[in-house]
Amino acid sequence: MTLSAESLAQIDKEIAKYPANQKQSAVMSALRIAQLEKGWLSPETIEFVAQYLGMPAIAAYEVATFYNMYELEPCGRHKITVCTNLPCQLQGADTVADYLKRKLGIDFGETTPDGRFTLREGECFGACGSGPLCLHNNHKMHTHLTPETVDKLLDELK
Amino acid sequence: MSATYTGTKVCLWTLDHADPASLETYVANGGYSALKKILAEKTPAEQIIEQVKISALRGRGGAGFPTGLKWSFMPRNYQGDKYVVCNTDEGEPGTFKDRDIVEYNPHQLIEGMIIAGYTLGAKAGYNYIHGEIFELYESWEKALEEARAAGYLGKNICGSGWDYDLHAHHGYGAYVCGEETALLESLEGKKGQPRFKPPFPASYGLYGKPTTINNTETLASIPWIMRHGGQAFLELGKPNNGGTKIFSISGHVNKPGNYEIPLGTPFADLLEMAGGVRNGHKLKAVIPGGSSAPVLPAEIMMDCTLDFDAIAKAGSMLGSGAVIVMDETTCMVKALERLSYFYFEESCGQCTPCREGTGWMYRVVHRIEHGEGRPEDLDLLMDVGRNISGRTICALGDAAVGPVHSFIKHFRQEFEHHIAHKRCMVGA
Amino acid sequence: MPVITIDDKEIEVASGATVMDAARELGIYIPHFCYHKKLSIAANCRMCLVEVEKAAKPLPACATPVTDGMVVRSHSDKAVQAQKGVMEFLLINHPLDCPICDQGGECMLQDIAMGYGGVASRYVEPKRVVKEKDLGPLVATDMTRCIHCSRCVRFGQEIAGIMELGMPGRGEFTEVMPFLQHQVNSELSGNVIDLCPVGALTSKPFRYNARPWELSRRKAVSPHDGLGSNLALHVKDGRVLRATPVENEAINECWLSDRDRYSYQALNSDERLLQPMVKDGGHWVEIDWHKALVQAAGSLKVIRETHGAEAIGFLASPHQTVEELYLFQKLARALGCENVDFRIDRSDFSGQPAGVPWLGMPVAELNNLDRVLLVGSSVRKEQPLVAGRLRQAVKAGAELNVVHVADDDLLCRVANKLIAKPSGLVNALAQVAKALQEAGAAIAEAPDVAVGAEARALAASLMSGAKKAVLLGQLAQLHPHAAELHALAQAIAKATGATLGVLAASANSVGAGLVDCLPGPDGLHAAGMFTQPRKAYVILGAEPDLGAGDTAAAHQALESAELVIALSPFKTRSMDYAHVMLPIAAFAETAGSFVSMEGRLQSFRAAVPPQGEARPAWKVLRVLGNQFGLDGFDQDTAEQVLAEALPDGEAGLKARLGNEMSGVTVSHLAAAEGMERLGDTPIYQLDLYTRRAPALQATEDGLAGHAAAACGSLIARLGLATDKPVKVRQNGAETIMKLIRDDSLPDNVVRVPGSLPAAVMFGTRFGPISLEKM
Ligand SMILES: Cc1cc2nc3c(=O)[nH]c(=O)nc-3n(C[C@H](O)[C@H](O)[C@H](O)COP(=O)(O)O)c2cc1C
Ligand code: SF4
Ligand code: FES
Repeated sequence: MTLSAESLAQIDKEIAKYPANQKQSAVMSALRIAQLEKGWLSPETIEFVAQYLGMPAIAAYEVATFYNMYELEPCGRHKITVCTNLPCQLQGADTVADYLKRKLGIDFGETTPDGRFTLREGECFGACGSGPLCLHNNHKMHTHLTPETVDKLLDELK
Repeated sequence: MSATYTGTKVCLWTLDHADPASLETYVANGGYSALKKILAEKTPAEQIIEQVKISALRGRGGAGFPTGLKWSFMPRNYQGDKYVVCNTDEGEPGTFKDRDIVEYNPHQLIEGMIIAGYTLGAKAGYNYIHGEIFELYESWEKALEEARAAGYLGKNICGSGWDYDLHAHHGYGAYVCGEETALLESLEGKKGQPRFKPPFPASYGLYGKPTTINNTETLASIPWIMRHGGQAFLELGKPNNGGTKIFSISGHVNKPGNYEIPLGTPFADLLEMAGGVRNGHKLKAVIPGGSSAPVLPAEIMMDCTLDFDAIAKAGSMLGSGAVIVMDETTCMVKALERLSYFYFEESCGQCTPCREGTGWMYRVVHRIEHGEGRPEDLDLLMDVGRNISGRTICALGDAAVGPVHSFIKHFRQEFEHHIAHKRCMVGA
Repeated sequence: MPVITIDDKEIEVASGATVMDAARELGIYIPHFCYHKKLSIAANCRMCLVEVEKAAKPLPACATPVTDGMVVRSHSDKAVQAQKGVMEFLLINHPLDCPICDQGGECMLQDIAMGYGGVASRYVEPKRVVKEKDLGPLVATDMTRCIHCSRCVRFGQEIAGIMELGMPGRGEFTEVMPFLQHQVNSELSGNVIDLCPVGALTSKPFRYNARPWELSRRKAVSPHDGLGSNLALHVKDGRVLRATPVENEAINECWLSDRDRYSYQALNSDERLLQPMVKDGGHWVEIDWHKALVQAAGSLKVIRETHGAEAIGFLASPHQTVEELYLFQKLARALGCENVDFRIDRSDFSGQPAGVPWLGMPVAELNNLDRVLLVGSSVRKEQPLVAGRLRQAVKAGAELNVVHVADDDLLCRVANKLIAKPSGLVNALAQVAKALQEAGAAIAEAPDVAVGAEARALAASLMSGAKKAVLLGQLAQLHPHAAELHALAQAIAKATGATLGVLAASANSVGAGLVDCLPGPDGLHAAGMFTQPRKAYVILGAEPDLGAGDTAAAHQALESAELVIALSPFKTRSMDYAHVMLPIAAFAETAGSFVSMEGRLQSFRAAVPPQGEARPAWKVLRVLGNQFGLDGFDQDTAEQVLAEALPDGEAGLKARLGNEMSGVTVSHLAAAEGMERLGDTPIYQLDLYTRRAPALQATEDGLAGHAAAACGSLIARLGLATDKPVKVRQNGAETIMKLIRDDSLPDNVVRVPGSLPAAVMFGTRFGPISLEKM
């Protein structure tokens, strides 16, 4: 088990931000980069990252399980995370969430049989003013969602 | 006061320009001049801290702690590394102001962090950016590159012989990392579990070294203060509440968004700027300072001004300046259920009262919302809350209790109706 | 220094002390779970909340530093209310399955709940259930009972030196677990059982064996390594069912190695010898004690009369008590035989230290060292708790240097290390001596060798610092050139102002030396008794064909002897070569004494009666003496024997300890070519007991003790497969065993543990060896 040269180069760039004896500081980035490449964090991937950073595997596993945006099981090509926290809820997030669930025929935490979509419930993204919101694969935010814009988005995501 | 504020803005002024985020826009409007001046004149740290004290700048992260005072806690002649950390882990429901600073005025934050580093004798600075706004993690790193290229960062800054650098670090989905010591743990590559204080970061911070942590808006205000003087900043607001403040208004308003206005502005004016309550409904309640702040009923809120002291007097907190507006159609039980779920889901799990208590409170509120409430549940909730608050390692415990206590205090009859009739009294 | 008042009692404490420290000094009990005096402060359980004057909220005593004039109330309404609140939270998700919980009766949660728990639970929501974890053969889990105090996790990080347990997950879903189902392999892992304040982590072998209140605790001293850990044996119906530490700051602190904790299993092994037995026409028959003793003495007399006393060899184990070893050598000498030895595992008997080899300092001093040179020691496996103390020293800034035959992970920072093949070990240590000389140190013994960079760096480290020690480990003592290693270590210590210490491998190595269980001037040492086979052997608690420096020689000598009298708690192995087997009491079954590596004399009583017809060995030896009509074999108690063996007690024996060795010339400076064997003693093969403790044998260390090991590059070069059987050949003997990969081994080194039944015919623990594909 290893990561691509590109991924490793990115990880090295992150490591360089911290004091030489503090490689572990880069673990959150390293896991993010590994997940980007592999789609999810398998035990082997986590162990590799831990070794690469010279930290105990269990410590890297602690990090991977503490933060919500890491995936510890295989998940769909497109992960849609909807914020349903109060401000978004007041602005209609529930309607959007229900629409997504119905349209994809899955609940939060589930993946479509074709492995195309995974749906997740998110906590405040810190962008409530533009709610309802969703994140596509953790990093791309889509704002002011309505059933119409949701349709458009889903069509784009092959 | 009109429905729009045309006065001075400290942080979001770049939005009135074509290319708000660019280095050019920033420099063309006096950006980095404060830094250059300080480096050229070798302004003593004491003088800078003095100006910050005069400005009555209070922490914009939620606690409202006087920034000048916090800076004076950093050990002066400490041998070894010191750090400056910026808290952009904006995850408090209702808060979305720091993201706009990072997106539309990144260089002012950078200049603020550099001045802080110079003043506090730091070796480097880190900006911890909320994972869910990852695009800003990337854009801010680009801004850092620009600043480096322009000689504001790295070795021998502006020919002063002083070396200092800044880096971006991202979260990845944990609200508690907004708590300053959890943030430090996270920055060290661990679970984001808050540390017991004392020792405080100023003596034992990042990697065990003296560290100052400030909110994004706090640090972004520094260049303005150094350019125009502490007094000018103070006069933007009101005594003990210096400066303008970004209010993030969300919920049942026509124009949710960020409004940077002077501290002390009446809430009614902000509501007007935000286009008033959605489709002509009546205002029911407001959470004035982010989800952790106690909710206030409309009548109290409507004659309250927006500053730390006034809102504290009204029985809540200005917190992060996140104003969540709820109209008459809102079911307070459902609203509380969602907030209670949030704190239960986000508890780091290390200390007993929060780990066990937040789950307990959520499950009880959930039962009530789903028609399975029992008459004794409300007193139970109040009591469980009392057993959490003030007994935890960090303030998330108290934050979780704030909504529970205030919702029941101000809207008890609505909860009782849910329990008695197993359904909501608001037709929504 | 700040003065604090707790519950109206005033006390002055060291600055930096916490409220909990002050309370403990005052003898005031503040309820707590996560706090532990040996672990870092976590302040996560919140049970220790107390009322502090002028503080808005109750504060955790364990984490609140004392400030001058502080006034604390630990039992005021405000404090108790806070504590009750926390207790309620701890209980809502706790299964409350005390009736079936092994911790029941010794559970902190149960005890404190008595005082602080509410009556009826107000919690009507579903309780949390947590999946079990597999932590291996030693520690059982009931994770639903976990209260998240994080003690077990901190123990791994801070004391064991390896983070095997963590707390993945978040909030209510945080769970203590190893990385997936990786087992916990630390040789100190059992301590988490004592640390766990609830029944989440318990002893697997002990599981459901008894309720704590059915057990009586008897103080004992561990019979394994030379540390002499204090332990409590928990007894029910005359059987030892578990062992726990007895706190002794000067020795084991509050810890116990897994070896000390689980070896009791051997006491109840069905390999126990329960009745005297004699070989009759090739068959073993049980006879009564009287007949057995008459026959034993009778046949020994015949040998003595026909071949002379020197035709007998007396071999004893250094895991036997002072009393036993004293009478053993006394019997030998009274019979006119000087062939007595306990150093069965040694290969090199040249060069005798002037005194009895010992640590050279108190064990507790190890923590305060600034510089350490560890020579020929896999210290984690030889002396798990000594390794722990060295880790603490390193944490406190000490530089730990290593000259060894394997690059063991010591779970702490190692400043400099020289790793060589066994045959290159003398050269490696000589390099350090030479480097010191080149660096200007006044050193006597500095052979002419080419000095490498590591040796220079190591020497530099030893020339700095104040408190220093050079420690000779078990492997250095087993080494074919042990004397040369000793001489070099001694020269290095002298030149650097360090203390020379010998890590006594066995519980009573020092005691055995003190009672002179050693050959007389014209007697044979252990190896000599095998290479020049005796007609008869008397063996006390030893298995020479497993432990010997040359197992083949030992095996052949015993096989061909006319008479072998074995005094042993176990029948297995002895049956193969003995003619008379006399069942002796195992450890825990007899009163006696050990002298530890630091020269500490520790006496103990029997915790349980001997099993079957077994008798304390000192009594058996005394009666044997009587059988021969010898004088001086009429002691009635172990105390009498001890008084005779060590007349001036601990105070007196100290004067006879000493590591000074002279008259050794260092000449074996060239490492051998090709593959060679490393025949060390695995952690769970040290003695008769550890070899018969199933739980220990089932651990990774236990299993490794039965396999051959080599580094990856050697395995690859030979085209062999890992974890598959290979053919191993040494001295013309060959056997098939599993090959495991161990990259801590240098190239061309094959670890085939001494004491491996399959490898008895290999002979010497060191020397040329070969591996072949099957
Ligand atoms: C649960 C919790 C979450 C917090 N989240 C944030 C946050 O997202 N951003 C922030 O600046 N401060 C947050 N804080 C406050 C920080 O702990 C800290 O007080 C602040 O960053 C200090 O900066 P300031 O003095 O400039 O306000 C949070 C505190 C708690 C207890
Ligand atoms: S209060 Fe909650 S979030 Fe804060 S330390 Fe305790 S368990 Fe963690
Ligand atoms: S003992 Fe103090 S918080 Fe656990």
